[in-house]
Amino acid sequence: MLEVRDITAGYGQFTALWDVSLRVDHGEAVAVVGPNGAGKTTLLRVISGLIAPRAGALTFDGTELAGRPAHQIVRHGIAHVPEGRRLFPALTVADNLKMGAFLPAARARFTESLERVYALFPVLAERRAQRAGSMSGGEQQMLAIGRALMSRPKIILLDEPSMGLAPVLVLRLFDLIRRVREEGYTILVVEQNVRQVLKLVDRAYLLEVGRIRMEGRAAELAEQDFVRKAYLGA
Amino acid sequence: MSIDPIFLVEAAVNGVLLGGVIALLALGLNLIFGVLDIVWIAYVDLVMLCMYAIYFLVTVQGWPIWAAGIVSLAVGALLGVAVHLLIITPILTSPPINQLLATGGLLFFLQSAATLLWTTDHRSVRLSLPSWEIGGIFLPATRLIPFGISILAVIALYLFLTRTYIGTAIRAVSQDREAMSLMGASPQRIYIVTSAVGGLMAGLAGALLIFQYAVHPFFGGQFGPLTFMVCVLGGLGNMVGAFIASFIISEVIAVGGVVISTEMGYVIAFVIFIVMMFVRPGGILARRQ
Repeated sequence: MLEVRDITAGYGQFTALWDVSLRVDHGEAVAVVGPNGAGKTTLLRVISGLIAPRAGALTFDGTELAGRPAHQIVRHGIAHVPEGRRLFPALTVADNLKMGAFLPAARARFTESLERVYALFPVLAERRAQRAGSMSGGEQQMLAIGRALMSRPKIILLDEPSMGLAPVLVLRLFDLIRRVREEGYTILVVEQNVRQVLKLVDRAYLLEVGRIRMEGRAAELAEQDFVRKAYLGA
Repeated sequence: MSIDPIFLVEAAVNGVLLGGVIALLALGLNLIFGVLDIVWIAYVDLVMLCMYAIYFLVTVQGWPIWAAGIVSLAVGALLGVAVHLLIITPILTSPPINQLLATGGLLFFLQSAATLLWTTDHRSVRLSLPSWEIGGIFLPATRLIPFGISILAVIALYLFLTRTYIGTAIRAVSQDREAMSLMGASPQRIYIVTSAVGGLMAGLAGALLIFQYAVHPFFGGQFGPLTFMVCVLGGLGNMVGAFIASFIISEVIAVGGVVISTEMGYVIAFVIFIVMMFVRPGGILARRQ
């Protein structure tokens, strides 16, 4: 479904990713883990079009998307929940969700999508008139995921969903992401919380200093030295 | 010095009536600033061009004022888009000082072009409209109509920004440009819509100002500084603040003008503005740090 081949990307003179390749199949949940500064966020930003890669290919459902701007890539069914959530803090919860359905195709199914999101995250329905910026970190993360679901994506890119959350909330959040998965969404998640994320996903990649070092099935990786390497580097 | 209280009441009423049109200018400028982070120094000079369009349509072509006013809206929106595409787009990522210089340069260009084309004559559209007297206060239609339309326009703008997808997107872009592109909105498209709406408001303001004021190439100097002052006083980018500040400033000018003199009304308004910049640099509605 999503295939990244030999992507090289960076900022200015700096290269953050070197020949990175990965693949996510339909219905799969895949994690990219690795220490800080490994290039995980850059990888997601390349996929969603916020950064144009210098080289390499990016295909989604057979369409070549490398180098297209972000607002065109969303149309193909790729929703990105960025690092730090990036909600519209002064807008209400309901308006944030409305912006998630900005695309005409998503707008047409707005009511149906909204019901699904409210069913998944009932707290968002309760807080619909509240400003997004005034909610707790956990609620904001739910809103960020809910907003992404409003675009009716085929795949969701999650960048550090547990960042800044208390340990108890992290467990709850992973439960919620598991429920999103059960709804049939394909997920590509970037996480520092390696142990937790390995319980959630089917496969994982270890990214380190801009290169893929290991990959495999989550269950097998959990038994290997993978977790330690993900934290400390290979 | 004693002033008949009725003159003060009349001045206060005139202040409110003027405040409506000033609010339109301030909200238009603020809308563009909020989204693009650029102050269109030449904003009121676009109003001036729209007023010339109305003047020629009414006096030369013999059009009714309302029809010329609708054309003015279209002219304003087109000018807004043109300014965005020709002047703002190439300098979108330039340092702020360059952006100020570019839109400031546009101001001199427009003033000079208008002088060349239409000379420095003051031109006014003579409208024969009724005037009412209530309790000794004169309420001319030339002030009531612009005020009423301004308030309706402000309500329409509010509904546009809060109820429609594109209006909400305009507010969202001003909070997080990149996140809005992840929602599927092309930033350039949002900028163009914002500039068109801002230009449309300039066109409307022009159509309303011509009820009371003559147009000339330096018309921008008459209302431009006032508009910036209102925006800054309200907190740049803060729509509610700008709306309130419009009435504060227009009241000061109108009442001060009657109590002392027209010039002193402006002087007092600017003094209040300078003092407020020390007391509340973030604008009247800014939260204290």
